[in-house]
Amino acid sequence: MYSFSVADFNAGLVYARPEIFLGSAACAILMLDLLLTDARRHWTIVLAVASLLATAVLAALQPVSTRVVALGGMFELDRMAQALKIVVLLTVAVVFVYSIEYLRRRAIMKGEYFVLGLFATLGIMVLISAASLITLYLGLEMLSLCLYAMVAFDRESGRAAESAIKFFVLGSLASGTLLYGMSIVYGVTGSLQLNAIALALQAGLADNIGLLFGIAFIIVAIGFKFGAVPFHMWIPDVYEGSPTCVTLFIGSAPKFAAFALAMRLLTEGLAAAQPDWGQMLVVLAVLSMAIGNVVAIAQSNLKRMLAYSTIAHVGFILLGILSGTALGYRAAMFYTITYVIVASGAFGMILLLSRQGFEAEAITDFKGLNARSPWFAGMMAIFMFSLAGLPPFIGFWAKFGVIQAVLGVGYTWLAVVAVLFSVIGAFYYLRIVKLMYFDAASDAERLGGSALMRAVLSANALLVFALGLAPSALFVLCQRAIQ
Amino acid sequence: MAHVMFGGHLLSVLIWLPIAGGFAVLPLGDGNARASKWASLAVAAATLAASVLLYTRFNTLTAAMQFGEHAIWIPSIHAEYHLGVDGISMPLILLTTLTTVLVVIAGWGNVEKRIAQYFAAFLILEGAMIGVFAARDALLFYVFWEVMLIPMFLIIGMWGGERRVYATVKFFLYTFLGSVLMLVALIYLYLKSGSYELAVFQRTPLSLFEQTLIFLAFFAAFAVKVPMWPVHTWLPDAHVEAPAGGSVILAAIMLKMGAYGFLRLSLPITPDASRELTWLMIVLSLIAVVYICFVALAQRDMKKLIAYSSIAHMGFVTLGIFVGYRIVEHTGSTIGIEMALDGAVVQMISHGLVSGAMFLCVGVMYDRMHTREIGAYGGVVNTMPIFATLMVLFALANCALPGTSGFVGEFLVILAAFKASFWYAFLAATTLVLGAAYTLWLIKRVIFGAVANDNVAAMQDLNGREFLVLGVLAAAVLLVGLWPAPLLDSMRTSTQHLAQQMLVSKIAP
Repeated sequence: MYSFSVADFNAGLVYARPEIFLGSAACAILMLDLLLTDARRHWTIVLAVASLLATAVLAALQPVSTRVVALGGMFELDRMAQALKIVVLLTVAVVFVYSIEYLRRRAIMKGEYFVLGLFATLGIMVLISAASLITLYLGLEMLSLCLYAMVAFDRESGRAAESAIKFFVLGSLASGTLLYGMSIVYGVTGSLQLNAIALALQAGLADNIGLLFGIAFIIVAIGFKFGAVPFHMWIPDVYEGSPTCVTLFIGSAPKFAAFALAMRLLTEGLAAAQPDWGQMLVVLAVLSMAIGNVVAIAQSNLKRMLAYSTIAHVGFILLGILSGTALGYRAAMFYTITYVIVASGAFGMILLLSRQGFEAEAITDFKGLNARSPWFAGMMAIFMFSLAGLPPFIGFWAKFGVIQAVLGVGYTWLAVVAVLFSVIGAFYYLRIVKLMYFDAASDAERLGGSALMRAVLSANALLVFALGLAPSALFVLCQRAIQ
Repeated sequence: MAHVMFGGHLLSVLIWLPIAGGFAVLPLGDGNARASKWASLAVAAATLAASVLLYTRFNTLTAAMQFGEHAIWIPSIHAEYHLGVDGISMPLILLTTLTTVLVVIAGWGNVEKRIAQYFAAFLILEGAMIGVFAARDALLFYVFWEVMLIPMFLIIGMWGGERRVYATVKFFLYTFLGSVLMLVALIYLYLKSGSYELAVFQRTPLSLFEQTLIFLAFFAAFAVKVPMWPVHTWLPDAHVEAPAGGSVILAAIMLKMGAYGFLRLSLPITPDASRELTWLMIVLSLIAVVYICFVALAQRDMKKLIAYSSIAHMGFVTLGIFVGYRIVEHTGSTIGIEMALDGAVVQMISHGLVSGAMFLCVGVMYDRMHTREIGAYGGVVNTMPIFATLMVLFALANCALPGTSGFVGEFLVILAAFKASFWYAFLAATTLVLGAAYTLWLIKRVIFGAVANDNVAAMQDLNGREFLVLGVLAAAVLLVGLWPAPLLDSMRTSTQHLAQQMLVSKIAP
């Protein structure tokens, strides 16, 4: 498809400018961090956050009108890629800010956390801009390997090591499945490039039984990366076992990677096979909403509860994708962004409440928070009501969007199932509100957290509220990203 | 004039003034109890004053939406910030603002903890409730509808009785379950019509099958809120556990939301399904009226008794809303439909005043005795004569004595029901006996007789604040009862319009 020439390749590098910058910055910070003593470790953080923000500016400044494929057909830049990259970079910057106090208090303030985080971010960006199966896989593995290491990064913790091994084994299995599926698709269509695959499918390969086989494997891998039932087993264990700041990282930016993976593979490469993968996703979506919401009720560990809540929300994201319309893809993107904003805040609250030798992981640790700090109880209530999908918080508009999308393609029963499960889900979010507001505090300790963290966390919650009142900007962002 | 005074934004002021006021009160915290009380009262009073302007400037000669406001809200999904009131929503807004002022005053002395949060919750709730009555855009309506749940959830859970957590979670999940199905129906209507305007929904042709499903989705939301038998079980729990102010708002206004939804959405958007399912609505209404009266007779807890009496009275409202279809069927003429609708709306207003007052009366006694058991009282008239006078007045209004507001609504509905069927009217009229039975028996046991025990003997009569609150409600009950004309006049054109709308078939050709 693409004849390779060095001149073209060099000319195409300009499209990958943010990735090149972030990669170089991550390498530089890795080197620099070796020279810093623990007392000066804060420079690592400052540089990491600064390079994320600078990359976000670079990405925002790229003029993107139509889809550009560059670097020998490996890399593409479109509006969706641009929007997702900016959101990912800002998310990771916020995650880093939330993590500082926690790392310091547990005496694991090492530069590796930030460097691995930067490389994981780079992996997500590569994945978002992938135009061929190879790039897609490269980005995904870059992300996954960094995540495995981050989970195990607190080397004193046996629980974290156990989670890391589980994550690694299951993650490798999923990667292998993905590769297998990709190789079948390659075998059937004869190309690694997504747009060439799409053309081949349109030319009449969509009904090929071999292709269907390949799609099934790809769906399994996507289901795993998203954490959709029945490929969700790793989520609760990894969320619970990881240091909370790593849980926060895994629970936020990589969701965009899973979303991009699904978008690039399914809606770009395999668009013509939508009826096939749409049906498979229906099963995953319903199971995820059911198992996620019901099992979350039984959890007493907040990280585990949020893990099951993630699974339930993934079900909703899949609803948007499976509808197979631009409206649905926008709704799924809207949902993903919303979920990440809200989940970051919720994990941020756990980090805020934890202190030396105390993890604030049990949901009962939120008892009586309204008496201890009415402001942050209010912020947590905003996150919880938003996750439950109540207006006037942004979570409502996310649910609204996907329900509209599935109704639009005639899946009325699916819309009804989705809203019914969201009522079941409301119960466990309400329980947190109940603990904070209706119960007496069992703990009189003052809340920790630096002024910066408190400010960012408050801004995060107020954003959930403000976007809930006026969600127009986010709707427009998604509309522009996916035409 | 008033409309001009707020630059054409009177309804926005009514919605956002209490919400902004509520958030402004929050930072005062528990340390500044006095400041938060006065600030809340000021906000509630200002909102009441603004709503009076709404009444004085209201044009009773048109069924069109008045005080309209129209702005773009979320262009990409065609949701608009569209407000307006007609003769059905205007009186309900007045009821809301009046009740909130009274609740704020009533909460003045008997709230001990988290005072700023208590008042803020009621103010924010007030704004959301006015928003429901003023919204002309389905999504805006839905957003306000759901927002109401959050402050009420916190009010019952934070300041409620012993089983408050059970009661408030039950209340929340019941109503949330109903409303999400309504959301699906609203989105379906949007996909059908391309707009979220309620006025557009009302014009959109729909097949009978579609209408039936949409009607049932609306029914899930509204019947739970009314509440209709058999989805009423959350109400006694919520009422018993809620603080007095919460019970008042719940009974006086939130229950009206369900009936308002039937009037505003079900009848005009799904008229054919409403006609087809009238039998269901009438059966459920009559069960509520008759059966729930017997349940009320058996109660030992005063709040529970009044809660059940609320369900029975709301049965009259739903009967009045739907009996019109049977009138047409039976007599072949449309005379009587407006009477039924008028009766339903007057009954909504009247029940708001009377049940609110009854719950406040129980609150007054609870503050002194810290029990709601009927058996713990007796002979209250001896120690609290002024209170007893007022409570007896409200009790008589509750059994629809002529001259009180309770009479007007029930009489109109029964009269209209006669046109449909003798038996509807007969069954509905049993409430005049049964309602009197449980209410007067309550009064006999609590108010009259000899002083039951030392605790009752130690009760102090009303203080000035309590007298003010109950006195205002007593005046309103008598005013609506003796001179209902202003209320009926303001709603007449709108109910006439609605009576026409509900009879026009919308089945797609």
